[in-house]
Amino acid sequence: MKRFLTAVVFFALLVAAWHWAYVARLWSPVLVPSPESVARYLGEIALDGSLWSSTVVTMKRLLAGYLIGLLAGLPLGFLTARVQALRDTVGVLALGFQGLPSVCWVPLALLWFGQTESAMLFVVVMGTLWSVILATETGVRNVNPLYVRAARTMGSEGLHTWVTVMLPASLPFIVSGMKQGWAFAWRSLMAAEIYVTILTGFGLGHLLHYGRELNAMEQVVGIMLVIVLIGLLADKILFSPWEKFLHRRWGTEK
Amino acid sequence: MTLAPEIPAAPTVRLSIDRVSKWFETSRGPVHALDDISLQVAEGEFVCLVGPSGCGKSTLLNMIAGLEMPGQGSVVTAGQPVKGPSRERMMMFQESALFPWLDAFGNVMFGLKRKPGLSDTERREVAEYYLKLVGLEKFMQANIHELSGGMKQRVALARALAPNPRVLLMDEPFAALDALTREQLYGDLQRIWAQRKLTIVFVTHNVREAVSLGDRVVLFSPHPGRIREEFRISLPRPRDINSVEVAGYATRITRALKDHMEHGAGI
Repeated sequence: MKRFLTAVVFFALLVAAWHWAYVARLWSPVLVPSPESVARYLGEIALDGSLWSSTVVTMKRLLAGYLIGLLAGLPLGFLTARVQALRDTVGVLALGFQGLPSVCWVPLALLWFGQTESAMLFVVVMGTLWSVILATETGVRNVNPLYVRAARTMGSEGLHTWVTVMLPASLPFIVSGMKQGWAFAWRSLMAAEIYVTILTGFGLGHLLHYGRELNAMEQVVGIMLVIVLIGLLADKILFSPWEKFLHRRWGTEK
Repeated sequence: MTLAPEIPAAPTVRLSIDRVSKWFETSRGPVHALDDISLQVAEGEFVCLVGPSGCGKSTLLNMIAGLEMPGQGSVVTAGQPVKGPSRERMMMFQESALFPWLDAFGNVMFGLKRKPGLSDTERREVAEYYLKLVGLEKFMQANIHELSGGMKQRVALARALAPNPRVLLMDEPFAALDALTREQLYGDLQRIWAQRKLTIVFVTHNVREAVSLGDRVVLFSPHPGRIREEFRISLPRPRDINSVEVAGYATRITRALKDHMEHGAGI
């Protein structure tokens, strides 16, 4: 409760400072819109439905690409950890591409797929895949070999060992890889939406882009707030439960 | 009583190690770990393998467990050569090797879930029985990191006992514990051993520990690992590790160990 109050006071003060900066005309109102105008804008798009439809379009793209990246990345990471030949090939590839800022995939995706949903999907998958592969590989290689031997004496082998020992034992690494993959996917999707206008769906990135085109600062700031909020919510819904489980079981909570 | 067929001690078996040798390939060339080891363990016998590090006693234990294969010779239990791990031969390690993603109960259940012919209710009852046996009925839902070193090894013991093995293999299970906790566990282990009539092969480099637990102490020397000497410990149980009699045996064995080491170094 006390922590919650601290947060509320902090953000109230932040908005108050913003409001004061606006009233004091520190900067031109064209550059710094008032909190009221941003709230009004968000209220309007919430009422006319465009906030929800854009959010749905963006989240659909994000989740689809993220899931594909995850489903491909986990087994590839497991294999890379186990097979030397794959470590020397796919492992190096993953390390290289993970270092490539994911926005750099946008031009290639456009040339390959044109202005389509496939281009969006491709960019998000590329943002996710490599971090998940690398994190899974690190996780598997850090599993205490004693766990596997203990499991073998208890009658576990093959796929059973993979699912009930290797996977949970590497969970701390995998979850942080999933988080990183999510962050990369989110960033790359926003970049793609800002740069690529496609007719099959109007996402949050497009709203942001048109805010700039129209010189509508309250729209730019408003959509940025929405994007921040989605990031926070994703963290709470997607990753907090995992992290709580890890902290409780592994005792890593400070 | 649904537990009736599961809880009573299974008939223990004779363990026969016949002329076993083992080499390891390392980056510095082959290492001769074990040389022509023969050892017979009777039903329900408690045998301690003692020797300095590098004498191959853990390797031998892994081969009995079926985790490693002998280079030459054979390991036979119940008339069958050992071809791989089996629930008949459970192992306890120096580190508890408990799974941190499961609670204490889940750890004990792991091996039981792999055991066919039991209903889920029976499995739960068996797991609870063994956690009670090691005195941890209040810690079934505890996370592994919340347990002390001694409690972890108790859970590991319950986990090893739960599939009802005939042979229990213990690789320096108490080496990382403090003296007081260790003495408590000596008591528990002897009580459970007597009650279950298990065959136990116990690896340690602590001579006193070996004397206070074993029916027989087998002395190994390193490079390559060989059996040097055997001592039958004819002391009444329960034994106290601090007693004069245990100390007497321990002194004799330690002296023999040093003799073999010096002799070995002279070759």
